[in-house]
Amino acid sequence: MPHIELRDIGKSYGARDVLDNVNLAIEEGEFVSVVGASASGKTTLLKIAAGLVKACKGTVLLASQPVTDFSPQASIVFQNYSLLPWLSALENVQLAVEAAFPSQTKAQHRAQAEKYLQMVGLGAAIAKKPSQLSGGMRQRVAIARAFAVEPSVLFLDEPFGALDALTRGTLQQELARMCSAAARPVTTLLITNNIDEAILLSDRIVVLGRGPNATLSPAVPVDLARPRAADLLLHDEKAIRIRARLAEFLTAASDSRRPKREAQPSLAANVPVEAA
Amino acid sequence: MKSFLTSFALAMTGILCVVLLWAALAGNVAPDLPSPLKTWEESKPFILQPWEKRGEMDQGILRMASYSLVRVAKGFFLAILVGTPLGFLLGSSTLFYRMFDPTIQVLRPISPLAWLPLGLILFRQSEPAALFTIALCSMWPTVINTMHGVRSIPQDYLNVAKVLRLSPWKKFTKVWLPATLPYMFTGFRLSLGLAWLVIVAAEMLTGTPGVGGFLWQEYNSLIYSHILLCIVTIGVVGFALDRLMGLAEAKLRAA
Repeated sequence: MPHIELRDIGKSYGARDVLDNVNLAIEEGEFVSVVGASASGKTTLLKIAAGLVKACKGTVLLASQPVTDFSPQASIVFQNYSLLPWLSALENVQLAVEAAFPSQTKAQHRAQAEKYLQMVGLGAAIAKKPSQLSGGMRQRVAIARAFAVEPSVLFLDEPFGALDALTRGTLQQELARMCSAAARPVTTLLITNNIDEAILLSDRIVVLGRGPNATLSPAVPVDLARPRAADLLLHDEKAIRIRARLAEFLTAASDSRRPKREAQPSLAANVPVEAA
Repeated sequence: MKSFLTSFALAMTGILCVVLLWAALAGNVAPDLPSPLKTWEESKPFILQPWEKRGEMDQGILRMASYSLVRVAKGFFLAILVGTPLGFLLGSSTLFYRMFDPTIQVLRPISPLAWLPLGLILFRQSEPAALFTIALCSMWPTVINTMHGVRSIPQDYLNVAKVLRLSPWKKFTKVWLPATLPYMFTGFRLSLGLAWLVIVAAEMLTGTPGVGGFLWQEYNSLIYSHILLCIVTIGVVGFALDRLMGLAEAKLRAA
C-alpha cells in the first residue's frame, strides 16, 4: 500500500490548465523525485501533494486518508529558505520543535534543535541570525528544521535551486546522509529541475511534462547502491543510462508541445543574434 | 565628522537667514511683529529660568513644555493602545476592513478643533477632553500603518506558520508581531507628530497651563513677543520628538 498517493490530479488557475491526469504512488520510506523544466507546474504538484493547495480534480491520499491540510507528520523545505529573520538559527528550529512536541519541556526542545543543527554542521552558528548566514548555511538550518520534527513525510521544493553549484553538491550529500540517519523511514518527494540531483538522491524519478496540462512520464527506477558519490554520473554506466533516459523524456515532453508555440526560436538560434 | 560639521553649518546659516528676514519684516512691513531682539529681551526670564514657577500662567518655558509633553504622552499612549489592535484587525480581516474602512476615512480628516467641543460635552472637564481629542486625532497613522504592515507580511512567513502548525498565539508573537513592528513604529512616529500638533489647539481652547495655553494667554494680554517664544518652543520640541522616534525606528530596522 503506497504511503502517498496522487490519483488523477488536475489543476487549473482560471482558464490556464496547469496539471492534468497526474498519478503518482510513493511507498513508505521511498525517495521519489519529480524532474521538470521551470514553469511546468512542479511546485504546484508538490503543494497539492502536501495539502497546501487544493486540486481541482482527483484526490491525494496520505496513509490511505484523504489529505485536506498540511499533515502534522510532514515537513517541507522551500527553495527560498523561509527562515524567520528575527529569530536565530536555534530559535528557528526550536519553534518547529515546540510546535511538533508540545508535551516536552523547553530543555528537551532546545536539545532536539541543537542536535539537528549539529547534524547539518551548524553547531557553531546556532546563535546567528539568518542574515548573518550564507545561502548554503540558511538552507542547512531549513533542513535541520525539517528533520528536527522527526517527520514521516518530507516535501522538498527545489531546496537547492538558489545555491551555487559547489554548495549544491555538498548539501545534496548532506541531505542523503540526513535521510539515511533519520529516526524513522522518511517518505520523500523532491521537486527539482536538475537531473543529476534527482539521480544522486532518488529511488525513483518521474518527469513532469511541459504545461499546459502537464502530466507525468513513466517512472524511471534508480537502482544504484548508496551512498552515491557525486562523480558517479561521470563514469558509472548504469547512472549514465538512467540520465540519458530521463533526458529523452524531458526532450519528448517539451517537443510534444512545441508546434503549439509559434514564433519561439530555439535558444541556439537566439544566441548569435543577441551577441551581434 | 566633516560632513556633519558642514551640514550643521548649513543648517545654522538657514536659521540665520530666517531670523534676518524676521528682523527686516518686524521693523517695516509688520509694525506689530516684535523684532528678534525684542523677543529675546522679553522672553529672557522664561528661557534663563526654565523651571521657575511664578504663577499659574507665569512659568519657565521648559516647565510649560513639560506640562504639554505629559498631556501629549497620555493622549499618544491612548492612541496607540486603541490604534494598534484596530490596525491588526483591519489588516487581518477583509470583512472587518470592508466594514470599517469607509468610516475611518471619514473620521480621519476631522480637525481637533471640531472634536474638542464634543470632548468637553462628554467629559465636562478640560483635561479628559484634551486627551480625548489628542487620541482621536493622532490615532490614524498608527491604525493605517499597522494595517498596512499586517497586509505586507511576506507569504513565505505565513507559509512557515502554516507548515509548522503554530498555535494562534505563537503565530502572533513569533510571526505577525515581528513582521509588522517596523510598520507600527512608522505609525507611532507619525502619530506622535500629530499629537504634538493637536496639543496646542487643545490647550488654547481649554486654557490649561502648557505651551499652547500660555500662547493664547499672552495673545490676550497683548504680549506678542511671548507668542513667538511659544512658536519657537513648539517647533523645537516637535523636532526633538520626531528625531527621538526616528532613532528608535532606525534601531528597530537594524535589529
